[in-house]
Amino acid sequence: MGKVLNRKGRLVPMSDTNLLLTITIVVFFAMYLAAMLFIGRGFLKIQTLFNILNENAALIILSCGMSIVMITGGIDISVGKLTALICMSAAVNLDYHNGSVLTAILLSLAIGIAFGVVQGYLVAYLNIQPFIVTLAGMFFAKGMTTIVNSTQFNVQNEAFLALKNTRVYIPFLGSVNKLGKFVPAYVEIGVIVAIVTVILLFILLRWTRLGRSFYAVGGNSQSANMLGINVRRTRFAAHLLCGLLAGIGGFVYFLHVGSGAPSHATGAEMNAIASSIIGGTMLTGGVGNIVGTFFGVLSLSTIKNIVTLLGLDDAWWTNITVAVMICIFLVVQSIVLLRKRSRS
Amino acid sequence: MTAPGNVAGVQKLTGLFRKQIFIPIAALLVLIIFNLIADPSFFEITYAQNSAGEPVLSGYLITILDNASELAILAIGMTLVTAASGGQDISVGAAIAISGSVVLRVLCGDNPRPEEMQASILTAFLISCLVSMLFGAFNGTLVAYFNIQPMIATLILYTAGRSIAAWINNNRLPIISDPAFGYFGTFMPGIPVPTPIFIAIICMIITALVLKFTTLGLYTQAVGINPNSAKLNGINPSLIKFITYVIMGLCVAVAGFIKVTRFSTINYSVVALDIEMDAILAVALGGNALSGGKFSMASSILGAYVIQFLTTTLFKFNVSSSALPAYKAVVVIVLVVLSAPTVREKAGKVWRSIRSAKAGKEAA
Repeated sequence: MGKVLNRKGRLVPMSDTNLLLTITIVVFFAMYLAAMLFIGRGFLKIQTLFNILNENAALIILSCGMSIVMITGGIDISVGKLTALICMSAAVNLDYHNGSVLTAILLSLAIGIAFGVVQGYLVAYLNIQPFIVTLAGMFFAKGMTTIVNSTQFNVQNEAFLALKNTRVYIPFLGSVNKLGKFVPAYVEIGVIVAIVTVILLFILLRWTRLGRSFYAVGGNSQSANMLGINVRRTRFAAHLLCGLLAGIGGFVYFLHVGSGAPSHATGAEMNAIASSIIGGTMLTGGVGNIVGTFFGVLSLSTIKNIVTLLGLDDAWWTNITVAVMICIFLVVQSIVLLRKRSRS
Repeated sequence: MTAPGNVAGVQKLTGLFRKQIFIPIAALLVLIIFNLIADPSFFEITYAQNSAGEPVLSGYLITILDNASELAILAIGMTLVTAASGGQDISVGAAIAISGSVVLRVLCGDNPRPEEMQASILTAFLISCLVSMLFGAFNGTLVAYFNIQPMIATLILYTAGRSIAAWINNNRLPIISDPAFGYFGTFMPGIPVPTPIFIAIICMIITALVLKFTTLGLYTQAVGINPNSAKLNGINPSLIKFITYVIMGLCVAVAGFIKVTRFSTINYSVVALDIEMDAILAVALGGNALSGGKFSMASSILGAYVIQFLTTTLFKFNVSSSALPAYKAVVVIVLVVLSAPTVREKAGKVWRSIRSAKAGKEAA
């Protein structure tokens, strides 16, 4: 286990990143297959999978940003409250200030980038611990949301609602309903954005200089420095990227819920961290993969769906199951890595 | 040329600047001066009647000391955890919900509105201590023996904690009507000072004694600075990390007991919400490195009081509780930026260049 064929046809140990990624993907498919076999019902419909995507498009984007920061060895716990702030600002812009969809998008991105720049500067150039900086960012976003507007309201802007209700139908996929009519499967716009983001970031991390330096800085910042990588600029770039992704993710979340409320995206930062971990990103830095994060989000919400479908409706069961799942993942990961270390 | 006495004074002053406890003291001084200028009545302490009709001390200062008790107790555990494992326990809020829930469960039994308590308060407290220490041991095992990063390991309990708390009491909200239970969270009859202040002081004294008369502090710092060299010196790093998490569990139990006795009931989803963030902030404001190693317990505890001072000050200026975090964030960022080593170095350079320019002028 844990060996792959290299280009010369020899068996070599897998890198940590690939090993953890493989575990995640296998677990996700095993879980989904088990759900199809033993629960059946909803899981047999292809739309269930797409609904999981629809509901988690924003979380996928947020988790990607989180993974990048985690790969460089930092953390960003402000993204959840930042999403709430972006939703509220965009909603107020659309309904109270005669904004258009374009201004709402620009506003979302601007808020995200602003947070990224400030947090990145404080972390990278002033050497303040990322946890404290983004904790302050979280507090700030939380307070600002209620200062912008303290109550929940649904957006009435027509252009926005048209965009929100746009469905992208998947060709050849769908299911036959009770009346014998074929219902095509669909996804929302946010899912397209999320998947494009995942692909772009995968390319960035794998084949660009910036992406490789994220891993180098996270793995060992001193040796990265000796290799001529600008450590500060790389850290800054990671936080900037995370902020930008929070901006995109915030707007996608807004597009999904169509309202502004201080309670939006509560706990999203912890879900994003959990997804990244399930996807094989390690908080110590240098190890991680965007595809893993993508499957991490899917695994997390699949387990939630399974718990609901099993009839364990009481709200506490979901949380306890998710916690047990994170626990199992962590223990498996740590055992695998420990065994690998001791063998080498 | 400056007089020799003056030089010694300057050196003493710069020495104080370099001391860790300078950061929270400076923050506290800034807040005190701000309040003195804005409204000196902030510091007034008067006698007032409490709900039981007894004369008790009241005033903003008392409120600060009273409400900061839980935070100060948590800061003790958080400092040890941070120093030993180089990470933070983010499950304390959820763990407080569990410990509070256990106390109520033991006292109420199956009836959520008992006429009289089913067990003595001491029994309930001890059982909740045991449960909290077990949860602390769970976190500690993951961190110390499975080598999982602390924040991630405690994320598990953070996610599940409030649900477990609700499950312990079958999702009901028990209320205890016996006034004796409320003594611990409000006032003992005949004593005009809130009881949580005494509990916090007792905890601090115990901590001080433990740090003075045992090797816990030394071993914790050794493990935090370099676990491998600590191991070579005969210390078991895993055991030390494990112990700090169990101590954290004990601190959580005490804080949870205070929380639950304040209102004689509990609300699982709101009790001690986000208190883990404040506790970590207290450690950071105390100038302790969140990456572990050397720590100063007094600075952390003072940091907790600074945070409560700030919160109360903001409340006094009619900042609504939901907008409060935004102002808190600005103050925190300013404090942290000012205390950042890079900034202090630059400020020091500027200060020295000014002084040397002055000295040059005097010499000329």
